[in-house]
Amino acid sequence: MRELTYGQGIKEGMRIKMLENPDVCIFGEDVGIFGGCFGVTAGLVEEFGEKRVRDTPISEGAIIGAAVGSAAIGLRPIPELMFVDFSTVGMDQLVNQAAKMRYMFGGKLKLPMVVRLPSGGGVAAAAQHSQSLEAWFTHVPGLKVVYPSNAQDAIGLMLTAIDDDNPVIYLENKTLYAMPGEVEDEVKPIPFGKANIKKEGSDVTIISYGKQVYDALKAAELLAKDGIDAEVIDLRSLYPLDKEAIVESVKKTHKVVLVSEEAKRGAYTGDVAAMIAEECFYECDAPIKRVGSLNCPIPFSGVLESYVLPNEVDIVQAVKSLF
Amino acid sequence: MKLSNENIIEMYTKMIKIRKFENRAMNLFAEGQIGGFVHLYIGEEAVATGVCSSLRPDDCITSTHRGHGHIIAKGGDLKYMMAELFGKETGYCKGKGGSMHIADATKGILGANGIVGAGQNIACGAGLAFQYKGTDQVCACFFGDASTNQSTFHEGLNLASTWKLPVVFVCENNGYGISVSQAKHQNITDISQRAVAYNIPGITVDGNDVFAVYEAVNEAVARARKGQGPTLIECKTYRWRGHFEGDPTVYRPPGELEQWKKKDPIPRVEKYMLENNVMTQAEVDKLNGTIDALVEEAVDFALASKMPDVSSAVEDVYTDIVEEGRSR
Repeated sequence: MRELTYGQGIKEGMRIKMLENPDVCIFGEDVGIFGGCFGVTAGLVEEFGEKRVRDTPISEGAIIGAAVGSAAIGLRPIPELMFVDFSTVGMDQLVNQAAKMRYMFGGKLKLPMVVRLPSGGGVAAAAQHSQSLEAWFTHVPGLKVVYPSNAQDAIGLMLTAIDDDNPVIYLENKTLYAMPGEVEDEVKPIPFGKANIKKEGSDVTIISYGKQVYDALKAAELLAKDGIDAEVIDLRSLYPLDKEAIVESVKKTHKVVLVSEEAKRGAYTGDVAAMIAEECFYECDAPIKRVGSLNCPIPFSGVLESYVLPNEVDIVQAVKSLF
Repeated sequence: MKLSNENIIEMYTKMIKIRKFENRAMNLFAEGQIGGFVHLYIGEEAVATGVCSSLRPDDCITSTHRGHGHIIAKGGDLKYMMAELFGKETGYCKGKGGSMHIADATKGILGANGIVGAGQNIACGAGLAFQYKGTDQVCACFFGDASTNQSTFHEGLNLASTWKLPVVFVCENNGYGISVSQAKHQNITDISQRAVAYNIPGITVDGNDVFAVYEAVNEAVARARKGQGPTLIECKTYRWRGHFEGDPTVYRPPGELEQWKKKDPIPRVEKYMLENNVMTQAEVDKLNGTIDALVEEAVDFALASKMPDVSSAVEDVYTDIVEEGRSR
């Protein structure tokens, strides 16, 4: 075992595949000498050269579009947009091109591309640099969406994402980049659609991903003091979704709380909640609860931002309301 | 530049193939045999033909909503195209794409596209892949006059010029963005002027003169193959039909279409061939008969083909996941 930060994990996943396959390349905003806005690609241009680690103009449509075109011809590009918020500028290329080309063309094309999108709030970046937009991507057939919560998963999910022949949206949480974590010496690819049970429990299932996994674990500790034994699931892969792990857990605990940092209205967690209702409604002995951000843009001021974003206290309250 | 008789006959063949395919599609639409949005290329045949005749089989194109001509010129098979217009399982896209999304990656056709301005950045990606792999392939990117007002046009030209990507940007200026004339949608007459902003060559040619298009594109392709970057070529042309079939074209001034019909690109080539002994009238007639038969064969193939099995609707979304179907 060794210790790596989340950001280093993301980089290691890319680096392993770049060493293995000359068709894997990175391009995006300031990914070269600057090392990426959050330092994730630091050192890669020195190691692999400017051909494989390329700074682009600030031109999101061109970044995603070039990924689509080059993937169609046989590269395995990893485009990075500096913030998930900027995906709006390249959204046509993601939604109308990347996600649909294979289908529209009758399955005769592969688009192996991994789009890296730093997400989430908590860094005083205000409304246009703090969003959690996973529901936009999971809503679009043709995209796969993953969201690692730790260094080990960041590596394993990246290895799988780069080898996948479909467009993969790889979401990263900004507040986790510097977080250290234990990592196996040789990390294996983590198959998509496999959730990770972070803590087993018998009284309630808390489903989360990304940064909220830590909030959920904190909440579980607080709940334990009150004699509530919570199970915490880290989805890791939002689509494909590990329905089986969720249903199994609900059958055991009969209570569910879903947690994400998204504005609660129209959130991805709503879709998972609906799935639970459809698949195992009669296993639930209490309402399915969701915890998310408030339905407002993310504010700048620290006091406002921490009020808008969810935390462990909100999760504890949601869980307790079920008992 | 000297074109061989064989080259000229090949170009003429492509042009009449496009014209006859489109005329047949027009009739099939009018008869209600095919549906959806059908954007016909009649009148613009010299552009696709001149461009694709400058390309090798391993070069790529990106196309537009008005894509039939590009696809035929790049070697698309009329049978599979026609079957796709009918939504049949034997169509290029197994009935999932229709007129606006025909693609054939094996022939370098990266797809017709329903989004105005989507192709420029995809073409950059294809060019990037060629440059990255060190091949001398190029990508020709077709788009209309109105798409040059989209941000993607500027993003694409900026990226391609900065990275010297092997892309030839071909603007088919047919004078209209759907119903809005060029004078009402941009403050320039020659779109090739926009190349100045990206420090690349910008050329305007008569888009109804297949030889002029060929010559300009040939030079641009040669530059691209040598690593000298992209070129913007504006081909001034005109679509004879409306934006799509069913468009009553109320926005056209009287007499405009008739003026352009006098500049029909096909008789121009015929005239050249007869005057220069490339083909005799009898040979021209025979070739026309052969292509008529080919188009009819395509229609017969489409009519005889089966509709897709409904279960296929949830296939091909991903390479490895089949989505859930219905129980009915």
